[in-house]
Amino acid sequence: MATLNSRRAARLMISPAVLLLLAWMVVPLAMTIYFSMLRYNLLMPGMESWAGFDNYRWFLTDPAFFAAIGNTMKLVLGVLFITTVGGVLLALLLDQPFWGQGIVRVLVIAPFFVMPTVSALVWKNMFLNPVNGLFAHAAKALGLQPYDFLSHAPLASIIGIVAWQWLPFATLILLTALQSLDREQMDAAEMDGASPLQRFGYITLPHLGRSITVVILIQTIFLLSVFAEILVTTNGGPGTASTNLTYLVYAQSLLSFDVGMGSAGGVVAVILANIVAIFLMRMIGKNLER
Amino acid sequence: MSRNVSTTRRSVVTIAAWGIGFLIFFPILWTILTSFKTEGEAIASPPSFLFFDWTLDSYREVNSRSDYPRHFWNSVVISFGSTFLGLLIAIPAAWAMAFVPGKRTKDVLMWMLSTKMMPSVGVLIPMYLMFRDFGLLDTRTGLVIVLTLINLPIIVWMLYTYFREIPGEILEAARMDGASLRSELIYVLTPMAVPGIASTLLLNVILSWNEAFWTLNLTAANAAPLTAFIASYSSPEGLFYAKLSAASTMAIAPILILGWFSQKQLVRGLTFGAVK
Amino acid sequence: MTPTLRALFGATALIALAGAANAKTTITVATVNNGDMIRMQGLMDDFYAKNPDIKVEWVTLEENILRQKVTTDIATKGGQFDVLTIGTYEVPIWGKQGWLLPLNDLPASYDVNDLLPAIRGGLTVDGNLYAAPFYGESSMVMYRRDLMEKAGLTMPDAPTWTEIKAAAAAMTDKASETYGICLRGKAGWGENMAFLTAMSNSYGARWFDENWQPQFDGAAWKATLTDYLELMNNYGPPGASNNGFNENLALFQQGHCGMWIDATVAASFVTGKDSTVADEVGFALAPDNGLGKRGNWLWAWSLGIPAGTQKADAAMKFVEWATSKEYLDLVASKEGWANVPPGTRTSLYMNPEYQKVPFAKMTLDSINAADPTHPTVDPVPYVGVQFVAIPEFQGIATAVGQQFSAALAGSISADDALAAAQTLTVREMTKAGYIK
Repeated sequence: MATLNSRRAARLMISPAVLLLLAWMVVPLAMTIYFSMLRYNLLMPGMESWAGFDNYRWFLTDPAFFAAIGNTMKLVLGVLFITTVGGVLLALLLDQPFWGQGIVRVLVIAPFFVMPTVSALVWKNMFLNPVNGLFAHAAKALGLQPYDFLSHAPLASIIGIVAWQWLPFATLILLTALQSLDREQMDAAEMDGASPLQRFGYITLPHLGRSITVVILIQTIFLLSVFAEILVTTNGGPGTASTNLTYLVYAQSLLSFDVGMGSAGGVVAVILANIVAIFLMRMIGKNLER
Repeated sequence: MSRNVSTTRRSVVTIAAWGIGFLIFFPILWTILTSFKTEGEAIASPPSFLFFDWTLDSYREVNSRSDYPRHFWNSVVISFGSTFLGLLIAIPAAWAMAFVPGKRTKDVLMWMLSTKMMPSVGVLIPMYLMFRDFGLLDTRTGLVIVLTLINLPIIVWMLYTYFREIPGEILEAARMDGASLRSELIYVLTPMAVPGIASTLLLNVILSWNEAFWTLNLTAANAAPLTAFIASYSSPEGLFYAKLSAASTMAIAPILILGWFSQKQLVRGLTFGAVK
Repeated sequence: MTPTLRALFGATALIALAGAANAKTTITVATVNNGDMIRMQGLMDDFYAKNPDIKVEWVTLEENILRQKVTTDIATKGGQFDVLTIGTYEVPIWGKQGWLLPLNDLPASYDVNDLLPAIRGGLTVDGNLYAAPFYGESSMVMYRRDLMEKAGLTMPDAPTWTEIKAAAAAMTDKASETYGICLRGKAGWGENMAFLTAMSNSYGARWFDENWQPQFDGAAWKATLTDYLELMNNYGPPGASNNGFNENLALFQQGHCGMWIDATVAASFVTGKDSTVADEVGFALAPDNGLGKRGNWLWAWSLGIPAGTQKADAAMKFVEWATSKEYLDLVASKEGWANVPPGTRTSLYMNPEYQKVPFAKMTLDSINAADPTHPTVDPVPYVGVQFVAIPEFQGIATAVGQQFSAALAGSISADDALAAAQTLTVREMTKAGYIK
């Protein structure tokens, strides 16, 4: 159906987006790669000199680097797990008929609208604070010792905060998918004596498969670069317990103002992100082809 | 929606759904409540939920200290500006990808998404230098450009998945009837595409409104949006829970209200092609 | 040049001048969201009355974000700000780079010799003053007189660490959520490391020896960290590893702390209207160990002008006004003497009205007890009491602070924290070329 003419038109229509994104990717990346080869501290101008791969060597041998990789993975996987499982359960619940559906949906969707900085500040100060936080008050009311979340479970706390922000997103997508589920098929299965669990396993879950992959893909893109939540709550600590890759790059480039090291870290992060991306795209691509 | 279920079951589901909805919403509710307390009451132990002296002191204090209308307006201009610009670039691209798919359309799409994985902090200094040279520091134009580029992949992808669901047969039929390309666009496709575009628009306004790295680092006074406004209340000396809550409420309220009113439109397009 | 042309030029210049005088100059001032700065924003009418042709745009940010933004801007010559709020750490480094305008042409009425010598010294590089102090601070012990009395103890004016430990033990009553001592635990070079570095000075420790070799493997640092952990684990509040200045201030104001060793500027807050213990607060010098150095620091939030600004005159006028004697009088007349920005001028401490403020004397004594040029017992190659004035310090000290914060949270031992601190400091100093 596509004629040569329409192909040419199509190419013309796509090219602004492609060219802009190409420029957006190539120009800063080229500059970053260039800087990553320099000994360049922002606070010592005029001292720039060629460093070759020294910055990479320092960055990759930093003990914090491996901790950061581990934390990044834990953070992404933890949030993905909570939001997809929680999202499926919540979507199943909200798909049932009940009174006040509209209002409840509004309540559930709300966290998605909150700025990450604001949600981190609110959680840190008003909930997790071991003296004045609401959880501490609750613990005291029950006669328990308040738990110090950000010192003793920093990464888990951050996973919780981020999951709270992304749960609505997952729930919404999955709910929309559920609503398109073929009711008659469901009823027929019920008539045939399939248990609710069997119906879920054989009909609902396969139907949700595509939505779940979409949720995973989109969230991964955002979760790899979680930053504000860490900066506000724990500053990556204690130790390096909640430092992810993005935060480590931040610490190098904006705390030490070591542009060379920060750039090297940025390049490493880009490479790792692209490995994840390729892996994800393979998986998603297959799942979306169907 | 018209399934027949027993009242008991409906009641149980209602209680469970409301309970969970309330729990999820509670942190926001608590922030709003705290914003009406005095600083002393905000940290009182045990805390009181509703029975305190409601006061607007914190709002007054925040308003006298910062220029909220300016930050608000900057946020509006930046988020809507970048979204409209993004749509302008993305609609033709997504359109072409959906209706004239080539061999590498999928690859191009995936590559676009992968540009979003670049960690912003790693390229701040190069960007800062470029912004300085082009005179874009602390301008809304600069931020509109950056946010457009950041969100472009998501826009393209969302629109693509949406457009792809518009059946090609309709176009064929319209063509058979002798419709010109123009009338085809205006009378056949646009009405079908509007819900998808609306939903994309909403999602991107939300994402841009909440973007806190570039908006904070590339602005000073003139173009600073609400993310910078919040940064001046994040940990001052002295008690600050009530003021922080008031500032937070003011920062999230506009987008919360917009989101609530338009959630139907937002949800409709939020399938990313996952629903047949 | 012909006379006509010359006349023409003169006329143009005149018009240009007239135009400049009419148009308002807008200067952008970047500042930190601390109480004294917020107060200044409410008193701007006075400045506008005196300078009708200048308009001030404020950029008020949380300390870390502020530092990150102004440093990026000044180092890349972005030119977004005309006046910067910076500390005694930045001024020597930036002054040396030529990034700041020297403030040598201050009028006689400004009385630059009135500035406290310790503070002025910290803002001077090679004889040039590079920033004007807005408020200065040291650190001292703030304690609850009522709790000390109940415990049957008295706080000496110049306590030792042993006495502090005994007092902390006596005042702690966890059942009523009263903790003997509150100290900073939140990681950061300006947070827990400011306190710990100052404390270590009184233990005879130092960051580097004269050859820039890190000293965390020495006995003095071990003693510092061990005592700090012992104090905090036994008598400190829960969650201490996330407590910075603000968190401790809130705790103290609510009566959860028996003692708090922190910035002198906190004195006006703990005795102010938000405090539930305002009438019970006593003050003492930061503790020592009999080695000749006390564990107090020196800091001044100061106003500097970036060298590249187009609006140097207007910026200078603002800096002059904000750090003048008249400004102190203005605050006193509007908000009372206790709320005057402290620690910058000798004349303030000579003022009999100000001497009535309960913490005035102890603040001055603390500031005078700090010596940034000789901060430690043993000789060191650097200046700075609670910091080392080299560009690499922020990054290193924040990483070290993370380790010490982890030790306080109990996730690693003191020995491991010190070993990690030593390793990473050696690494960074080698990378930076200090260690050959």
